[in-house]
Amino acid sequence: MKEFAMIIVGAVLVNNYVLSKFLGICPFLGVSKKLDSAFGMSLAVIFVMTLATAVTWPIQRGILDPNGLRYLQTVVFILVIAALVQLIETAMKKYLPALHQALGIYLPLITTNCAVLGVTILNIDENYTYAQSIVNAIGSGLGFMLAMVLFSGVRSRVEAAGDRIPKAFQGIPITLVAAAIVSVSFMGFSGIVDGLFK
Amino acid sequence: MTIVLPVAIVGGIGLIASVILVIAAKVMAMPADELFDKIRGELPGANCGACGYAGCDDYAKAVAHSGAKTNLCVPGGASVTAAVSAAMGVAAESAEAKYAVVHCSGNCYATDAIMDYEGKQSCAACNFFYQGKGSCSHGCLGYGDCIAVCQYGAISIVDGIAVIDKGLCVGCGMCAKACPNHLIEVIPASSTVYVGCSSHDKGAFTRKVCKNGCIGCKKCEKSCEVGAITVTDNLAHIDPEKCINCGTCVENCPTHAIVTCASRCEAANGKAS
Repeated sequence: MKEFAMIIVGAVLVNNYVLSKFLGICPFLGVSKKLDSAFGMSLAVIFVMTLATAVTWPIQRGILDPNGLRYLQTVVFILVIAALVQLIETAMKKYLPALHQALGIYLPLITTNCAVLGVTILNIDENYTYAQSIVNAIGSGLGFMLAMVLFSGVRSRVEAAGDRIPKAFQGIPITLVAAAIVSVSFMGFSGIVDGLFK
Repeated sequence: MTIVLPVAIVGGIGLIASVILVIAAKVMAMPADELFDKIRGELPGANCGACGYAGCDDYAKAVAHSGAKTNLCVPGGASVTAAVSAAMGVAAESAEAKYAVVHCSGNCYATDAIMDYEGKQSCAACNFFYQGKGSCSHGCLGYGDCIAVCQYGAISIVDGIAVIDKGLCVGCGMCAKACPNHLIEVIPASSTVYVGCSSHDKGAFTRKVCKNGCIGCKKCEKSCEVGAITVTDNLAHIDPEKCINCGTCVENCPTHAIVTCASRCEAANGKAS
């Protein structure tokens, strides 16, 4: 159990995919304007990450590794993730049309989202077992959610400042500056895992 | 033979994924949106955005569900308007055909360059560099950023400036967005006379840098019988609503800054043939 807890805390706080590894920046900046769509997007990412790991890990260990085809990793993983996202979109359109409407263009963007691909590939690189990989995927997704929700809060304050922001900084520039500061704050978590689980 | 296994594995995974997707699409099929499909089928699919929506899909959705007007598709013109209106079951409002014109006549015979620009060969890049290579900072730079975005092959560079073939132009306005100097304007097809200059510089300066520039002398304004021309900030502007294409201003313009699209199109066709 301690091992899983370490993985989760590490994935959420220390190696946060958005704020420490800088993966998945597109949805981080694109969907974080509103809290509810940020939350919905994060749920979709958690779901896709977990499912993608659940599918890609066996493919890697069962098919690619025994045949010495590690180099196919990226291609095969993207193929599988793309199909998965498509599947989820079809299902979402049917059962959760409101969420589908809210996510709009960002759901297909998960297809080529480097955070999702990153989780699946890093799970292999870290030599995690199947269970560890799944836990790491969930933790990474939770970390993504934490970053999104935090940042949507920061952003709503930035939006509220309105015209008090210098004109040259309005819009994307101030958002990027805010993102950088939020990211710096996460550097404070480095080393926390070793301290917590001594 | 080493290639067979990887190909088989990737192909197999792809096949399995596609089978699952097909099954999912069948099982979770949504009732098809017939109205949307019908309208989308009529639209040209250029995704130019001239209608003001994000693309043909977006426009079709707006027509089908939010009551957008049926006559907004500029490239499709009257035929698409009629088809979309028929699909919606409303009377067709006429869609006015439009085409784009370049408000610059500063070709290589009329104006000079002030430098040999050897940077990235694009108008936008050149324009960032000391407002472009031309002695007139408002003029056409001739690197063809407009040509790159034109999906209809209507634009060519003739003697160093962009010329638009009215016959091929559908009036989508993509070029107008691409031009860093905002020289291109989309005007009604019925309007054949336009000002071939965009320079707001003082007349004396314009005269010095370009033979074909508008010097703001107001001769056209005075000679126009229907009052369609106004000169503001040293530049003539023709109101297409009022203009009757009589050609008086073309004759009276001392610098030939007012041009007809016929003369320009001839130049474009001459280049093409």
